[in-house]
Amino acid sequence: MMTLRDIIERTLSDWMKGTGPQSDVVLSSRIRVARNLSGVPFPHVASDRDLKKVLDDVLQAVRGSRDTQDFEILLLSDIPVLDRQVLVEKHLVSPQHITETKHRAVALSRDETVSIMVNEEDHIRIQTLFSGLQLEEAWQRASKVDDALEARLDYAFDETIGYLTACPTNVGTGMRASVMVHLPALAATGQVGRVLATISHVGVAVRGLYGEGTESSGNIYQLSNQVTLGRSEEDIIENLKGITRQVIEQENSARNFLLRERRKSLEDRVWRAYGILANARLMTSEEALKLISDVKLGVDTGIITVVGTRMLNELMVLTRPAYVQKLMGGELDPEERDTQRAALIRDRIKSVKEGK
Amino acid sequence: MTCDRCKKRPATVHVTKIINGQKTEMHLCEECARQTGQLEFFSVPQFSFHNVLQGLFDPESATVGLPSGTISTPTRKCRTCGIDFSDFRRTGFLGCSNCYSEFQGRLEPVIRRIHGSTRHVGKVPARTGGALKVRKEIEDLRRQLEAAIAREEYEKAAQLRDKIKALQGKLDDRP
Ligand SMILES: [Zn+2]
Ligand SMILES: [Zn+2]
Repeated sequence: MMTLRDIIERTLSDWMKGTGPQSDVVLSSRIRVARNLSGVPFPHVASDRDLKKVLDDVLQAVRGSRDTQDFEILLLSDIPVLDRQVLVEKHLVSPQHITETKHRAVALSRDETVSIMVNEEDHIRIQTLFSGLQLEEAWQRASKVDDALEARLDYAFDETIGYLTACPTNVGTGMRASVMVHLPALAATGQVGRVLATISHVGVAVRGLYGEGTESSGNIYQLSNQVTLGRSEEDIIENLKGITRQVIEQENSARNFLLRERRKSLEDRVWRAYGILANARLMTSEEALKLISDVKLGVDTGIITVVGTRMLNELMVLTRPAYVQKLMGGELDPEERDTQRAALIRDRIKSVKEGK
Repeated sequence: MTCDRCKKRPATVHVTKIINGQKTEMHLCEECARQTGQLEFFSVPQFSFHNVLQGLFDPESATVGLPSGTISTPTRKCRTCGIDFSDFRRTGFLGCSNCYSEFQGRLEPVIRRIHGSTRHVGKVPARTGGALKVRKEIEDLRRQLEAAIAREEYEKAAQLRDKIKALQGKLDDRP
C-alpha cells in the first residue's frame, strides 16, 4: 500500500522520465476532461451538502470501478498547505483546485499518470499526463477512466451541446488537450514570439512564462486547443498534434542553426549554466528554471553528456518553492529557501556525476 | 519595474499570454506569481479562457435584448440552482447543468462566439447517451428505408421497418 508520504515525496512522476516520443522538445502531453453530475449545482455555487454528496458519489464510483479502484484518494482538507502546493508543482492538480479544500479531493493513479479532481471548477476533472508527445495515448487513458466513472454516475450531457460544464468555454467535449514545449533555440534566435503568434491564429492557445525583459526563463510554453465544441476529440488532438509538430520542426531548425553558426557561444552558455548550477550557493527558483533550460538545450544538442534529461525534468519540479520546503521538512524564509535550493541542485549534480 | 499586483516588490516574472492573437502581459514578483498560479507553467490556461469569455460581454452586449429606456426587467432565475443570467454575465460561470436549457436563448450566441459552433460532435457517454445513440441509429435506418422504398426493394424495406420497430421498443423501455 502506497502512503501519502510516498506520493508526495517520490519525486519522479512517470511523465518526468523524459522517455516519451519527441521529448527533446515536448516535455509532456496532457488531457483534461470536465464532467458534471446532472442537475447538481456546480461547485462554485453548491451548498456544503451538495458538495459532500458529489464527493461521496464520485469517490464511491472511483473505488467501485476496476479501472480506478487502486487509486490513492487524498482529501485536500486533510493534508497540509505545503503538501497541497507540492501536488500543484508536480502538476497533479490545478492551482485552482487547492484554493478551496472543503469537500475537495484528488484521486491519483499509482504512476501519477491519472488524477481525478473532485469539486474543482467542475464536479469532475479527469487529467492524464504523459511524457513527450503522446496526446492520443493520454486521451485514450482519460476516456477509459471517464467510461468507468460514467457507468456509475449520471453525467450532465446534452444531445446538442454535449458535456455541460460550469464555464461555457469548456462545453461540448469538455476536453482541453495540451502540450508543454521547451523552445530555448527559438528564444535564443529571437523567433519565439513570431512562431507562437502565428499558431495562436489556428485554434491553439499559447501560454508562456518569461523572465526579465525579452530574455525568457525556462523557455517553456503550453499549447492547447482553444475551442471544445463543434469538433471531435480526435480532431482537436490531430490539430494540436500537427501544430506541435510544426513547432518542433522550427525549434529543431533553430537548434541546428545554433550548432552550425553559433557553436562556441552555445557551448559557452550551456557550460556556464552547468557551472552555476553545480557551484552556486544561492539560487532562486526563477534562476534555476533558466539555467536548467540552458543545460537541457545542451543535453538535447549533445553538447553536454554528464547529466541527463531525467535529472533535469526532476530538478525542474524539485526546485519549485513548495517542493524545496517540503524536502527540507517545513516552511523556510526566502534566503534559506535559496540556500537550500542551491545545495539541493549541487547535490543532485554531484551524485549524477559520481554515477549514484 | 514593480509588481502589477502588490505594487511593492520588484517584478521578476513576466507572463505573456497570447489568446486569439491578442497579447497581454503581466509583470509580477515571484510571490504574487506563485499565489496567482502563474509560476505553475503546467497549470490550465483556464484563467485566460475565462478572460476570453469575459471579453464577450462588452458594455453594449450586456444590454442586448432590452429595449432602450427599459430600466428593470425582472430576470428569470434557473429553477434548479437559482442563479440568473446577470450572475453568469458577471462571473462567467453557470450555476448548474440545467442553466443551459433555462437560459438557452441568451446563451446560444455566447457559445457560438466562443466556439464558432453550437453543435457537439464528439464523444457520447455510453449510458447517459444511450438513448441518443439509439435515436441516431433509428434516423440512419429511416434514411435507408426511404431509399429502399424509392428503389422498390420491398423485402429490404420490411426488414428495415422491423429493425426500426425493435429499436423504438428499446427506447420506450428506458426509464
Ligand atoms: Zn507582488
Ligand atoms: Zn442552474
